[in-house]
Amino acid sequence: MVKQKTSAQTRIRAVTDHAVTGLAIAATVLVIAPLVAIFVYLILRGASSLNLDFFTKIPKPVGEKGGGMANAIVGSGILLAVASAIGVPIGIGGGIFLAEFGRGTRLANSIRFTADVLNGVPSIVMGVAAYALIVSPHISFLPMLGHFSALSGGVALGIMMIPTVCRTTEEMLLMVPHAIREAALGLGVPNWRSVLSITVKTASPGIITGCMLAFARVAGETAPLIFTALGNSFWSTSLNEPIAALPLQIYVYAISPYDEWHRLAWAGALVLIVLIVLAVSLVRYVTSRGVLKGAS
Amino acid sequence: MSETRIVPPQPKAGSLSSENERVVASPANVSAVRRYLSERGNSAAADRWFHYLMLLCALSIFGIVALIATELVIGSELSWHRLGFHFFFSSYLDPYTSMRLFWDPVNEHFSALPFVYGTLVSSFLALLIAVPLAVGVAVFLTEMCPGALRAPLAFMTELLAAIPSIIYGLWAVFVLVPLLRDYVNPLLIRAFGWTGLFESDNPTGLGFVAAAVILAIMILPIISSLTREVMMAVPHSQREAVLALGATRWEMIRMGVLRNARIGIVGAIILGLGRALGETMAVTMVIGNTPEIHRSLLSNGASMAAVIANEYAEATTDLHRSALTEIGLALFVVTILVNALARLLVWAVTRGAPQRAH
Repeated sequence: MVKQKTSAQTRIRAVTDHAVTGLAIAATVLVIAPLVAIFVYLILRGASSLNLDFFTKIPKPVGEKGGGMANAIVGSGILLAVASAIGVPIGIGGGIFLAEFGRGTRLANSIRFTADVLNGVPSIVMGVAAYALIVSPHISFLPMLGHFSALSGGVALGIMMIPTVCRTTEEMLLMVPHAIREAALGLGVPNWRSVLSITVKTASPGIITGCMLAFARVAGETAPLIFTALGNSFWSTSLNEPIAALPLQIYVYAISPYDEWHRLAWAGALVLIVLIVLAVSLVRYVTSRGVLKGAS
Repeated sequence: MSETRIVPPQPKAGSLSSENERVVASPANVSAVRRYLSERGNSAAADRWFHYLMLLCALSIFGIVALIATELVIGSELSWHRLGFHFFFSSYLDPYTSMRLFWDPVNEHFSALPFVYGTLVSSFLALLIAVPLAVGVAVFLTEMCPGALRAPLAFMTELLAAIPSIIYGLWAVFVLVPLLRDYVNPLLIRAFGWTGLFESDNPTGLGFVAAAVILAIMILPIISSLTREVMMAVPHSQREAVLALGATRWEMIRMGVLRNARIGIVGAIILGLGRALGETMAVTMVIGNTPEIHRSLLSNGASMAAVIANEYAEATTDLHRSALTEIGLALFVVTILVNALARLLVWAVTRGAPQRAH
């Protein structure tokens, strides 16, 4: 009697085990499915509408066939250049402080914590803050500011890059073996020189990939650009005027009622995702190559 | 952290000057080494400046948070003075149609209630969908998956996190919403129509359910990757101890891993909630953007982030813009709190754990 009960229990336990394994596999398949679906749709709908015009022409008025997003691609490039000029140096500097000077101190811990929290602040809030800071006419004490402009969009994106760059730089610097630093300092190299030419240089592949990760994340941001860069259907390369951006243009086209514009939105999305996947794969490749895993 | 801290050989200011004095006192017999050392004295100043510069960069992160907070507070001052705390609760009756209205910029009636409601409903619905799946994926990847599959699958879930929200939105509008409208929503109405939560009065397919599904897809990667991290931080000895008592694999996962990692998993879920609360573009494109409150989850709604995205650039009156800024401020405060809580929980679990060798 007792023996029978145990065996029934064992069977139930075994069945539960198999059921859970099955559920976990099902969950994984269910999670991968949308990823595959998104890529299949992007490639099917996007590739069929990509052509040379897409990269060389500016948008045509409603009702006319053709046209492209050349101005949006260039605009995105300008916005990202401004963002990187702000986000990358400050982020790397912050990372150097956290890893080299402030290690273990309470100040460094609180900065690290704030950076993580800042990373989670919604991009739309960054946009509102950038609007209030730069676009809003109340504080037009500088001639360039006080209206929608490429500069304000770039600043909003740049601020968003700082915490990501800062944290990845710190993590990469922490991987540099202590012996290298000690060797440099032992030769009488000043500390600042040792940090810049030895530690940062050793970790530079990792730091560059961290910057690219932040870059890829910011490249797809739309929300903070809606009311800072505003968008533009004509050529503009001035920092002082509204500028087109690829994600913004995709948004405008996607919610429009015209088939021709939907086609362009898919093509734009394909271009955007190809850029981002390239950046992420590069990151993956460099970090998995093992250059940085020497010691810790 | 058992690493030894290096103390860079920084000459003290006092000793430096005395050395210089000695050099000055006997200029005749200055050896090459001594001259080199005295010239090197400059690097103390350079070191100090470098230190301050890096400190400034690091402190700029505090500065950014403070700047955002002050800008939002100043921007929402007008709305705060005119509408007060009622902003988040009030509604008014339209005199002509006697319908309850919340948001009417033309007549300067502002109430954030439908947006708060929409954000909360869509986020919690998204968590309901995403959490079991994310934990399932994490369990599969850390405990069950064959080694060869682990890296590609982990990469694919990470890739899901790298897709920009505008592309999720585009896909949702053209693929997901028609799918829900034609196949899923009729099923939901047939199965759960009696609860009143699913009513068939919205032919568009947009609404809370569509927003929740796309949000769930978007927050899945962050929940599952953090869950994976805290599960990997559970020491191997725990697993081995439970297995040695004769547990099956699932019992080992349940008692040895999930129970030890539960605080961290809660942290991961809260972090996912933080993402969901602030997610803008994809939600804006599928939630329907009508500032109303309905019981049915299939009806159109609006969210805090969506209303800012839709109206901020076109707000004409100061009060309208100020009210939108106040919604932004509320979003900022809530996401800061949620993220801080989540980080503390995850940190509490992964703190002392050594990184498992890959």
